This record gives sequence, structure tokens and C-alpha cells, in this order.
Amino acid sequence: MHELAITQSMIDIVLEQAEKAGAERVETIKLAVGDLSGYVEESVQFYFDFLVKGTLAEGATLSFTRVPARARCRNCARVFKLKEFDWSCPDCGQDSIEITAGKELFVESIEVE
Amino acid sequence: MEIKVLKNILSANDEIAEGNHALLDKNNVFAVNIMASPGAGKTSLILETIRRLKGRIRIGVIEGDITSSVDAETVGKEGVPVVQINTGGGCHLDANMIRNALGNMTLKDIELLLIENVGNLVCPAEFTIGDHKKVLVSSTPEGHDKPFKYPLMFNTVDVVLLNKADLMPYLNFDPEIFSKAIKGINAKVEVFPISCTSGQGIEQWLAWLLAQMSNR
Repeated sequence: MHELAITQSMIDIVLEQAEKAGAERVETIKLAVGDLSGYVEESVQFYFDFLVKGTLAEGATLSFTRVPARARCRNCARVFKLKEFDWSCPDCGQDSIEITAGKELFVESIEVE
Repeated sequence: MEIKVLKNILSANDEIAEGNHALLDKNNVFAVNIMASPGAGKTSLILETIRRLKGRIRIGVIEGDITSSVDAETVGKEGVPVVQINTGGGCHLDANMIRNALGNMTLKDIELLLIENVGNLVCPAEFTIGDHKKVLVSSTPEGHDKPFKYPLMFNTVDVVLLNKADLMPYLNFDPEIFSKAIKGINAKVEVFPISCTSGQGIEQWLAWLLAQMSNR
């Protein structure tokens, strides 16, 4: 949730980068959203369309890359995808894990003209 | 033309949180972020903690609510410095709110800062504020399935206090299911059954808290 504030922060980052590069318009914005981040793409798109009106990013396409939740076992160092309800290591069965991916919320890159 | 950005959208909040953490360290203040559903017992836990540690540890409190100063007034009666944050609709405390609150406190007069987050099992887990440890107050009337439904919260915290443990005989709460569910999400977390009403388990909570303070 909080897609409104997050989308505004994302647009601020994009416009800052576009202005630094002297761009006239932003064509594409590539975002990385982790499965554990809680952000809903449809909501981001909805707020985005509203907030970019009149800016360099008006009309830009949002492209989402989902980052699956992964963890590293603290016991045997195996890295694996997290299953629902069961965050234990599939190799050694230990429960002591460290989340290594899935909480991301990044602007990866933008394409400008 | 493609421009690589690789910027974390939450970086603004995280940077302020790091600043808060550094300020607390500079003043030797140990901060605990207390999170829970509404009514689980965050304020009760804070009151019990203050009453038992008064005279031994200098405590300060930050209260977070959407509106009202009910909690700050209640805590203020215990004679400790307290600041009330009203988010005005926001469902969690963020680093900027905490930074402002810290600016309204005399940090050199405090050793332990108890931060009561907004009652919410979802969002507080997503926003760093600069604390040293995170506490979840779960409670028996909420049911034993909460770890399945809110894995991020249960995975993020350093200790789970199962409050209202004295009500278990009257509820369909299965402590074994609860314990197993938590272990599947966060193996290292300690779980203490407590009751702020009867006093059960409060000494274990305080022992854990004081150990965290001295081990920092």
C-alpha cells in the first residue's frame, strides 16, 4: 500500500534524472518491485497516470520487473525461493534464514529522448 | 537513450532513519519500536515497563497515533518525558516523524526510548525509523494464525510478546500452532507469553530488554 506517496517519490527520482540528462521527454520507466514489498502494480499505474500530467514523464510507459522472494540458509548457505508459509531451507530443513531478495522497490532505469 | 538509475524509492526514508539511529547512538539512547494490532497491548506494555524500571533506567516515550493524545496523557502520568505524534491519517510512523519527535526531546536525559507505533500489523514493518530493536505485541484474542497472514511483520521483529496469555483458557488459541508458525517465518525470534494485567512474563520481557541494552 501507500502507492500514492511511493509513486510520487518514484516520479521525483525519474524527473531528477531526466532533467540532469537534459531530456525532453521520458519514454519508459523500468521498475523492480519485490514480491515482499507489498506494492500493487495496478495502483502504481493508476496514481502514475494522474501525477505525471504536465511533466516530462507524461505518457511514459511503466515497465515492472517482479523480484521473487529469495533467502539464504544461515546453516548451509543454500539460496532458495521462499515458499508460502514455509520459510525453511529445502536442503537442510533449518529455519534460520536471511531474506536476500523480495523487498526491493527500485527505479532500475529510464529511457529518454 | 537509456539512463541507469538503480535508486531505491524508499531511500529518502531510509536515509533519515540512519540519521535518527546515529543521533540516538550519539546520545547513548537505546530505542525500541513497539508494533502491534490495535488493542493488543502496546500502551499497557509501556506502562508496565515504566513502572518496573522507574528509578533504575531513565525512560522516554514517543507515542504514535492517527489522532488524539490519549496514550501520551496516560503515559505522562507515570512522570516520564513523552511526545505524541499524530499522523493525521497515516497508518505507520516514518523516519521523518521520528526525527521531528527526537528534536522535541532532551535525549541526554534518556537511556531507553520506547516508541509506540500506530496500531497496524502491515505497514510499520515496511518503514524503518532508526530503532535498535523491534518488538511485536501479539495477543491471544487475535488468534494463532497471524504469523501465516503477516509474515513480513513476524520476520522483521526481534521478539514476539504474546499478551493476554491469561485469557488462553477462554479462547481457541493453540500456542503450539502459533509457535510453529512463527518458527517457520523467523527461527531466531524469541516468543514470551505475557499478561500486562496479571504480570505474568513481564520479568522475562524486562530481562530480554535489559540484555539487549547491555549487549549493543
